[in-house]
Amino acid sequence: MKRRGLTRRAFLTTASATLGAATIPSASSQELGAPRRAYGERSLFEKSARYFPESTTPASSYSRTPLQDLFGIITPSALHYEVHHSGVPELDPRSHEVMIHGLVERPLILTMEDLHRLPSVARIHFLECAGNSGGELIGRPAANPQRSHGLLSCSEWTGVLLRTLLEEAELKPVATWIVAEGADAGRLARSIPLEKALDDVLLAYGQNGEALRPEQGYPIRLVVPGWEGNVNIKWLGRIHVVDQPYMTAYETGHYTDLMPDGSARQFTFVMEAKSVITRPAGGQELSGPGFYEITGLAWSGRGRITKAEVSTDGGKSWQDAQLNEPILPKAVTRFRFPWWWDGKGTSLQSRCTDETGYLQPTREELLAVRGWNATDHYNGIKVWYVHKDGKMSHE
Amino acid sequence: MNKARLCMLCTAITVVTAAVAQIPSYKLGRPATAEEIHKRDISVAPDGSGLPVGRGTVTQGRHDYHMLCANCHGDRGQGVTQYPALVGGQGTLRSKNPVRTVGSYWPYATTVWDYIHRTMPYPRPGSLTPDEIYAVTAFILYLNGIVDEKTELNEATLPRVKMPNRDGFVGDPRPDVPTRKVNK
Repeated sequence: MKRRGLTRRAFLTTASATLGAATIPSASSQELGAPRRAYGERSLFEKSARYFPESTTPASSYSRTPLQDLFGIITPSALHYEVHHSGVPELDPRSHEVMIHGLVERPLILTMEDLHRLPSVARIHFLECAGNSGGELIGRPAANPQRSHGLLSCSEWTGVLLRTLLEEAELKPVATWIVAEGADAGRLARSIPLEKALDDVLLAYGQNGEALRPEQGYPIRLVVPGWEGNVNIKWLGRIHVVDQPYMTAYETGHYTDLMPDGSARQFTFVMEAKSVITRPAGGQELSGPGFYEITGLAWSGRGRITKAEVSTDGGKSWQDAQLNEPILPKAVTRFRFPWWWDGKGTSLQSRCTDETGYLQPTREELLAVRGWNATDHYNGIKVWYVHKDGKMSHE
Repeated sequence: MNKARLCMLCTAITVVTAAVAQIPSYKLGRPATAEEIHKRDISVAPDGSGLPVGRGTVTQGRHDYHMLCANCHGDRGQGVTQYPALVGGQGTLRSKNPVRTVGSYWPYATTVWDYIHRTMPYPRPGSLTPDEIYAVTAFILYLNGIVDEKTELNEATLPRVKMPNRDGFVGDPRPDVPTRKVNK
C-alpha cells in the first residue's frame, strides 16, 4: 500500500468511519446517479447538433456536421452530415436485397444475411459532399466551420469489398463501368468506372461499430473512398455492370464543373486535399491573451496527408503543425499547433499537402483556373479572423 | 531449390490465384432470374438501351405537364421559387451568370427521361407511365426549342435527339492548379 493517495481499501475504511460518525454533505456528487439505460445518450450538458436551414422540401436537403465541436477524427454517427434528394427511406433489412447484374456471368441477388456472411473489411474514410464550402469560392465565406465545411464527416465503415461481389458474379471482359442505384424513392443512380469499383469501394453495413444510421444508407450503402459524396450511393439496391457511363442527372446536370469558356468538367470524382481550422475559429471567442492550441482537420481523396501548416500572421509565414496519429489514406487527419495569442488582431489559416505532393491552393488560385461558376469540388484555404476583443469571424 | 524451379513455382501459384479469383468462392446469394432483372432494372443509357416501349407527343405532353409539373416548375418551365427552371439559358454558359437548365446544359435527352422516371413528380416519385414520361419529355424539349410541335418521342427517337450542349463536357484535368513549392 502506498503512503499517498487513497487506495480503494483505505477509501472504504474512511467512508465507513464517516458514515458511522456523521451525515454525508448533500453535494450532488454524493447522490445516487441515474440507473442503467439500454442505449446510451450523451450528457445533458452536451448540445452539439447538426445544422440545417428551414426548407419547403425537407426530403431533398442537407444537414451539416458541427466540426468545431468534435475531437479526434471520427464523426459520431448521430452528427454525420447528410444529403438526400428523395428523403430517408425506412428499409427493412429482413427483406432488403442487393442485385448485381448486367455484364456478368452470374447475376446475383444477395440478402443482408448473405452480405454479413461474406469476408469483411473495416476502414476509416471521410465522406465529403462535392458542394462542401462552395460558397467560399463565390465570395460568400461562411461564419463557422459547420457552415463552411460541415458537409464533411469521417467514420469507420465495415462491409464487403465490391470487388468480392464482382468476382462472385464474374465480370465479362467488355465490362468497363458500373451503375450503382439506391433503393430510396428517387432511385438515385451514379456511374462509377470499373477500375475504381475493383480497387477500394465497399458495400458498408457498419458505421462506427453499429449498423449504419438511416440517414447514411441503412441497411447498406456504397463507400467510394476519396470520391465526392454523391457517388457513395446510400440504401444500395442494385449494381448494374455496363460498358459505358449512363449519364444520369447527377453526373451531367449536377456535380459537373462549369468553366469560364463554357465547357463543363464531368466525372470530377476525387475530392482534393483540403483543410480547415476548427478551433479557434469563426463564431468562437478567445477569453484573453495567452496560450491556445489551434486544431483542425486535413484530408485528401488521393491518399494520406503528409503535412499540415498553420499561418497566424495573415499568410506571411507558415509553420508545420503536428499531425495526430492515425494518419490514414482518404480519411481525415487531425492537426494541432501551439499558439500564444498576443491580444492583437490577426488571422488564422491552414493548408495541407498530401502524399502525391499536392498542396492545398488558395481561393485566388482556384478562381484563376476555374472561374466563378465551379462551386463544386472547391478546396481553397479558409481564413478565420481574430479581433482585438477576442471575437473570431469569417471576414 | 534452384532459381528456375522457384520461378516455375511462382508462376504456378499466380495461375492458381488467378483461376480461383474467377470462380465463385462463397456461393452466397441466389441467381437473379431474367424476370427479376427485368422487374428491377430501370437503367437507361444515352444510346437508349433500357428505354421501355412507349410514345408521347408534344401535344399530349402539354396536357400532362400542366397536370403533373406546372405547379412547381411553372406554366412555361420557368421554375417557381426553389423548384428549378427547365427552360432557357441557351447561349449563357460562357457568361458571368450562366443559366443551367435541361435545355441549355444537359447533354442527353435520355437523362431527362430517366430523371423524370426516377424522381418526378416530386411528392410521388416513380409514379408516371412510360407514355406520360415520353410526352412530358417531348413538351419540355419543345419549350426549349429543341424539337418542334409535331414531335412524337418513343424509345427509338428519344436517343436521337441532339441536345444543344451535347459536346460541352470534358474529362477531369485535375490537378489543375500550378503546384507551388512547399516550405520546409
